[in-house]
Amino acid sequence: MTIEASHDRAIAAPAPAGGVIHPAWVRLTHWINAVAVAVMIASGWEIYNASPLFPFRFPQSITLGGWLAGALLWHFAAMWLLVVNGLVYLALGLATGRFRRKLVPVRPREILADAKAAFTGKLSYDDLSVYNAVQKLLYLGVILAGVVVVLSGIAIWKPIQLQELTALLGGYEAARYVHFLAMAAIAGFTVIHVVMAFVVPKSLRAIITGR
Amino acid sequence: MPRLRRNPPGVDPKLLIKDAAKLMPDPTRRLFLRGGASLGALVFLTGCDIVDSLSAERALIKVSHFNDRVQAWLFNPNKLAPTYPDSAVTRPFPFNAYYPEDEAPEVDKADYALEVGGKVDDKKTWTLDELYALPQETQVTRHICVEGWSAIGKWTGVRLSEFLRRVGADTRAQYVWFRCAEGYSTSIDMATALHPQTQMTFQFDGQILPRKYGFPMKVRMPTKLGFKNPKHVMEIAVTDKYLGGYWEDQGYNWFSGV
Repeated sequence: MTIEASHDRAIAAPAPAGGVIHPAWVRLTHWINAVAVAVMIASGWEIYNASPLFPFRFPQSITLGGWLAGALLWHFAAMWLLVVNGLVYLALGLATGRFRRKLVPVRPREILADAKAAFTGKLSYDDLSVYNAVQKLLYLGVILAGVVVVLSGIAIWKPIQLQELTALLGGYEAARYVHFLAMAAIAGFTVIHVVMAFVVPKSLRAIITGR
Repeated sequence: MPRLRRNPPGVDPKLLIKDAAKLMPDPTRRLFLRGGASLGALVFLTGCDIVDSLSAERALIKVSHFNDRVQAWLFNPNKLAPTYPDSAVTRPFPFNAYYPEDEAPEVDKADYALEVGGKVDDKKTWTLDELYALPQETQVTRHICVEGWSAIGKWTGVRLSEFLRRVGADTRAQYVWFRCAEGYSTSIDMATALHPQTQMTFQFDGQILPRKYGFPMKVRMPTKLGFKNPKHVMEIAVTDKYLGGYWEDQGYNWFSGV
């Protein structure tokens, strides 16, 4: 066990066969985040529908809250779950060295090579403990989108009390677009993420059981 | 409070939610999360059909009250809403209400008498001319609607804090409550009532406040969402009693600060 644990902590070292790919805190924060993001996006779409930024509305069958007040209640409740869970995830990701170990470095040349391999069906998913370059890029990207969606959400929520933040994002109206685009990035990531979970079913097992 | 147990097989949870709504003990109590649609997505997301509307709603309302406290804590009484040049005013300024524009209340100037009640020393009513005679100032600020859109307007009137001082209001009281001509109401925290940009508004964009924007008086507060800015105000009361409001009682967050 001691050998495995220290081995797991070694930089860029793949976990030994039968070892834990995702520690409990990753799995727990992942699934809490999944629920929080689903509630935030579904209620956010209902809120969007009250005053659309683009010439379309989301079908009500895929929104949460039933009407604006209900959607706002969900949105401003799930935000606590999203933010607190997100902060725990970021703190542990940095403190344990997992981000440094798993997500960097991410090199453009490797991204291109891995993307090409992925689309031609040649990318190996044998070792789930090591992320390929496309994975690293997507995970870093969605973490960034998560930070942006929260900051822009706060900027829309408190454009007077926290007006410096709102100004940083280009003002109230601009912050609404930033918030929407960050949501779109997260929704887009989620589609790829879920598709890949079906393409590589053992990755789904790993985020549930850890192995 | 009735609760739904696990649905028997073949029972539509949406119909059950409707039944649950009928079972509510207080017939005046509205279900904030309207209909089955409110839970449809959640049932889909969690695969859980035993969550019922009422317990979900009660939990959400608790969080909303918690959010009231967070917002009151975040509220800085000295922080001013950004102001804009006249050229930034949105023209025409959007009309928005729960009634169509041609059904906006008509208040007669000659009959108007603002009632003042609750924890104040002087409960005399105020005519429009008396109100117009108070010191006025103009603000060009952004109005932010709970729906998400915003528009910049130019409002002229008397600081509510100045009016409250003149009527000898107990500013240690918790709330200021407003009653409007057509039955609308809302209430705000005392800190917001005393904010320098919270204004009893008599003019919009240099003109006597038109009927559609709340003649003869609206209360403008750029630090709160639009629905907290009542139009056609007939009565102001200072109180320690939580009185909610028209939209707040239907599930909108009470503090709704921005």
